[in-house]
Amino acid sequence: MLRAPSDTLLLGAVAYDPKVVTIWEGFRLWFAERGLDFDFVLYSNYERQVAAHLNGEVHVAWNSPLAWIEARRAALARGIACETVAMRDTDQDLTSLVIVRADSPYRTVADLAGARVGVGAGDSPQATLLPLHWLAAQGVTVEARRFDVLVGKHGDHVGGERDAARALMRGEVDACCLIDGNHAAFTKEGTFPLGAVRVLGQTGAYDHCNMTVLGDGHPEMGRFVELLMSMSWDDPAVRPLLEMEGLREWRPGRVEGYVALEAAVERFGTIDAFLADVG
Amino acid sequence: MSPAAPPTVDVGALPLAAGGHLLVRRALRALPDGARLTVVGTDPTLALDLRAWARGQGVPVEGERTLVRTPAAEGRWRGAERAGGAGPDGVVDVPSPRWGLALRGAAVEAGSPALHFPLATKAEVWTDEAARMYRKAAAAQWDPASLPWDTVVDHPAEVEDAVVQVMTYLVENEVAALLVPARFLAQVHPHFREVLQVLAVQAADEARHIEVFARRALHVRDVPGLSTSGGQTSLATLLAEPDFALSTFLLSVLGEGSFLTLLWFLAEHAPDPLTRAIARATATDEARHVAFGLAHLGAHLAAEPDLRVRLVNAVTRRHQALAGTAGLNEEVHDALLLLAAGGWEHAQLAEGAARVTKLAADMDEGRQQRLKLLGFDAAEAEAMSSLHTRNFM
Ligand SMILES: [Fe+2]
Ligand SMILES: [Fe+2]
Repeated sequence: MLRAPSDTLLLGAVAYDPKVVTIWEGFRLWFAERGLDFDFVLYSNYERQVAAHLNGEVHVAWNSPLAWIEARRAALARGIACETVAMRDTDQDLTSLVIVRADSPYRTVADLAGARVGVGAGDSPQATLLPLHWLAAQGVTVEARRFDVLVGKHGDHVGGERDAARALMRGEVDACCLIDGNHAAFTKEGTFPLGAVRVLGQTGAYDHCNMTVLGDGHPEMGRFVELLMSMSWDDPAVRPLLEMEGLREWRPGRVEGYVALEAAVERFGTIDAFLADVG
Repeated sequence: MSPAAPPTVDVGALPLAAGGHLLVRRALRALPDGARLTVVGTDPTLALDLRAWARGQGVPVEGERTLVRTPAAEGRWRGAERAGGAGPDGVVDVPSPRWGLALRGAAVEAGSPALHFPLATKAEVWTDEAARMYRKAAAAQWDPASLPWDTVVDHPAEVEDAVVQVMTYLVENEVAALLVPARFLAQVHPHFREVLQVLAVQAADEARHIEVFARRALHVRDVPGLSTSGGQTSLATLLAEPDFALSTFLLSVLGEGSFLTLLWFLAEHAPDPLTRAIARATATDEARHVAFGLAHLGAHLAAEPDLRVRLVNAVTRRHQALAGTAGLNEEVHDALLLLAAGGWEHAQLAEGAARVTKLAADMDEGRQQRLKLLGFDAAEAEAMSSLHTRNFM
């Protein structure tokens, strides 16, 4: 009977798209060529991944910002250390936008009081939690319309965000929320005809995904992080992996970029049930 | 834009997603590493789109709209490699599998997938003549509809039977002549694109030959003639030859060479103007196929003299493989005789028999000439020609 080697460093990731298999299989081979015994486990949603991580089934988790907060709070309750060891350059200093139609009467964010605001999946930090928190923090109460696509994937799947943007163009909502890069992307793909929308508001900068480690992690964790940091866009063998995962370089993890999301989660009680479940 | 230009780029009212990013990228690339570039414009979302764009490109941002030029500005084209030179003189001996399907001379992105084409060395496939031969072949394409299909056949019924039999035989030979280059076509590294093009147009020629011979077979009759075991066995040995050089030698130099003589024979002796016109048209194509085979085999022999021995062995091996078969089948031989006779008079039959005897001698003579062109001496050429399949192709 074959057995999985017990000292393999295991990473957990959420399969929000079939390409996730290609990405981590590529990383696995690349690590193996450098002598690191690495493997990955895929979960269908972040809550299952965080629970598995807490149970010690993986040593490092590729977490969404919301999953990071879930893991951090659950670990805190259990008295386990929780840190982030790496993130992508493209995970740092993102913003979200509140968009209205160019021909709408809305001039300021305050005008949106009582308006229908299209947001992404209920657990999407960038398309739902952060912009709604940003509006609420300014005392603007809106009627949020959620476009739930693939709940549990924390908005990694862009479908809900795009559905909200289409609803805006059809006049079914008065505003919509999206991550800053999608303003240009939706314009380019034609979801927003040129000149059809205005940006009414922009949240402060926040950070996105990170590599989360709980407790002692794994003896080879230092080597794992060192190898990530050594990945160079100039290396033709590495470039396709970085490109698929959407980064130019790995950076050391940081936690300052999650302050707004922590507050949003407090405000909306987003993860209360999850925390109660995992105890 | 020169490096001395002021480090700003004005995109005017253009949104970044509507082409503005092209102006920014062009301006950034023109600057030396470490230089700053300020983006100016009036689109209200320019600054936020710029930040998101720069993040995705790995370009550092300072303040609201100032970019820092780093090697990241070259993006994926850092480390790109030219796939040889654009012209025929840019053909390299061993093109990289990573050049794949790229046009010769194109810049190929680093990390492109390796495509392993079995025929990937210049020595195996190339001839400097390929470009000229392709252009000549493309210009010489003819329309089967242009042949005199309104010809009324008035020769004796048995002579028409003979024509139908010869056409039936020709079609199965043409199918072999189509399949062989088509198979190698898919194996040649696209770096040698002119060779690919020659093989492709050759396949198209053979498709046209199948069309006109099949149509002539059924011009008067409702059913074609006979297909013999010996004929197919001979052709099967051509299909089975996996080596491009040996296959070219057996098919193009010896087989199509003999066929060329046969088509000239039909152009001269066929009993009706339609069949003669078909033979003339197909013979011009066939001559090009022979010429291409001679050209690239000649180049191959110059690069690899040992190939000579393999060519001799290939003819001998094929001869032995076919030793147990009947050679040119009786049906085809008799049909050619009657076709060339044109009738049942004794004098006509004697004339037909003499013409078929001369055909075999002409084929042998042609083969020996082509073998000498490849550098074999007279004795070698005579010996090798005599071993060629009696089934012509
Ligand atoms: Fe032909
Ligand atoms: Fe041919």
